[in-house]
Amino acid sequence: MTSAYDKPIPIPSNGDLTKPFWEAAKRGELIIPYCNSCSNLFFYPREVCPNCFSKDLDWKKMSGKGHVYTYTHVRQAVHPSFQSANGHIYAIVQLDEGPKIPSGISGCEPKEVYVDMPVSVVFDDITEDYTLVKFQKC
Amino acid sequence: MSLRGRGAIVGIGEVPTRRIYEGRSMYGLCAEAAGLAIADAGITKNDIDGLVTDGVALPPAIAEYMDIKPNFATGVSMQGASGATATMVATSAVSSGICNTVLVVMGNSRQDAERAGRPAGRGASGPSVRSEWEEPHGMAPGANTGYGLMYRRHIHEYGTTEEQLAKMAADQRFNALENENAVFNGQPISTEDVLNSRYINEPLKLLESVMPCDGAAALIITTPERAKNMKNKPAYVLGVGLKQGEANIWQRDIFTETPAVDSVRRALEMAGYTPSDIEFAEFYDCYTILAAMCIEDAGLVKKGEVGPFYEETDTTYKGAFPINTDGGQLSGGQPGLAGGFRHVIEGARQVMGKAGSRQVEKSDLCLVNG
Repeated sequence: MTSAYDKPIPIPSNGDLTKPFWEAAKRGELIIPYCNSCSNLFFYPREVCPNCFSKDLDWKKMSGKGHVYTYTHVRQAVHPSFQSANGHIYAIVQLDEGPKIPSGISGCEPKEVYVDMPVSVVFDDITEDYTLVKFQKC
Repeated sequence: MSLRGRGAIVGIGEVPTRRIYEGRSMYGLCAEAAGLAIADAGITKNDIDGLVTDGVALPPAIAEYMDIKPNFATGVSMQGASGATATMVATSAVSSGICNTVLVVMGNSRQDAERAGRPAGRGASGPSVRSEWEEPHGMAPGANTGYGLMYRRHIHEYGTTEEQLAKMAADQRFNALENENAVFNGQPISTEDVLNSRYINEPLKLLESVMPCDGAAALIITTPERAKNMKNKPAYVLGVGLKQGEANIWQRDIFTETPAVDSVRRALEMAGYTPSDIEFAEFYDCYTILAAMCIEDAGLVKKGEVGPFYEETDTTYKGAFPINTDGGQLSGGQPGLAGGFRHVIEGARQVMGKAGSRQVEKSDLCLVNG
C-alpha cells in the first residue's frame, strides 16, 4: 500500500497545527476545528478563530454525513497518477454540521454524481502517515 | 475626497500577446511595453515619477532595468485584479500629489519559470492550504478546477446552459479577429466550436479557458491638469471600487457570487452613474463563467440571467452591448497578470478613440472589472 501510492499526499503548511486532524483520520474519525469562545466550527484549520481571533480552539467530531455542494468532473490530467480515460470527480462536500470540505467521491461513476447528492465519510489509508478523508455516495 | 476625474490615462502600450517570445524575459517585455506607452503619451521617461507594478515584477528591478528613479513605487500583488488595482493606486498617487505621472506596467515570460527551474503553470510551489487539503483529492494545477466548481453550481442554481456561455467565447473571438495584439487574431470560432472543444474540468471546456502566454502592457496616468497639454485625448478615471474576496474558492459562502457585487457598486457611486449608463465593458475573463457571474454582479443583468442575456445580445464591438472588445483574455491570451491589466488598457484605448477597426460606436463610458 505505502509503496504503491503515487498521487499527491497532503503537504501541511503547519504540521503541528493539523496533526490532530490527520491522527483522527488514521483512527477513522473526522474532526473539525471548533472555537471554545464563539462556538464557530470552521475549516481549514487556523491558529486563531477566523470569527473572533480566539486561540482557545478545540476539535469536534463530525457525524460524517453531508451532501455534494458542487463538483467538477476533472478530465485534464492533474498529476499523472490521477489521469484515467474516465477522469475523476473533485467535489466540495458540505457537512451536515455546516463546514465545507474538498473531497473525491467514491462509490459511483463520475456521471452519477449530482449537486445535493447525500454522501458519507470514508477513510482511505494512503500511507503510514496519512489517511485521506473522502466521501462516498450514500 | 473622491478620486472622480482625478486621474487621466494619457498613454498606452502593449507588446502583442503570443504563446511564447523565445529569448525574452518578463523585465525585457515590461520595458518594451513601457517604452510604447511613453511614446504614445508623447513624454520622455524622465517625466515619469511614479511606478506601479503587479508585484511579480519587482518595482526596484523594473526601475533599474529602464533606468528611472521614481519618487513613488509599489507592487500591488492582487493576482488577476492587479491591473485594475494598480490603476486605482496610480490614480490615488497622482491625486494626492505624491507624484505627477505614473507608469503602470506588468508582463509575463513563460521561459522565466523554466530558467528558475520551476515548471510553468503548476500552481502553488510550496506547502499551502492547497497542498494539504486540495491537491490530494485531485485538484488540477492552476485555477481550472475551482471554476469548474462554480460553473456547476451556477447551472444548478440558475439553469445556465453551456451553450449560453459558449456564445460569450465566440463573440469575444470575433472581437479578436482584427486585433493583432491578440494571440488568436485571424482565427474565427463558432459557438458550436466552443461546445465541441474538450472538457477540462466539466462543465468547463478548453475554449472557455485562457491560454497562458507571453506579453506585456503599460499605461501612463497623470493629473487632469497635465493631461490638458498632452497629445492624446485622455481617458479619465471616473470611479474606482475594490472588494477583496477569498483566496480559495471553496472558502466562499456563495460560489455563484463575486466581489464585483460591492466593487462595481462603489465605483458607480463614485462616478455618479448607474449600470444602465454604461456603454461598453471589459470584464476579467480567465474563464467564461467568471466573466458571466461578474456581469450579473455588476448589475448589467439580473442575477442568474447572464445566460439569456448572451443568447439575446450581440456583445461584439459591432453589437448592442460590446463586451471585451479586444477579444478579452479568452481570445487575447493571458500574459500573466498583464492579462487582467489589458482590460484596463482596452477600455482606455476605446475611450481615447484609438481602437481602429474595432472602435465601438459609443465609447465615452466604460466599465472595467479586474
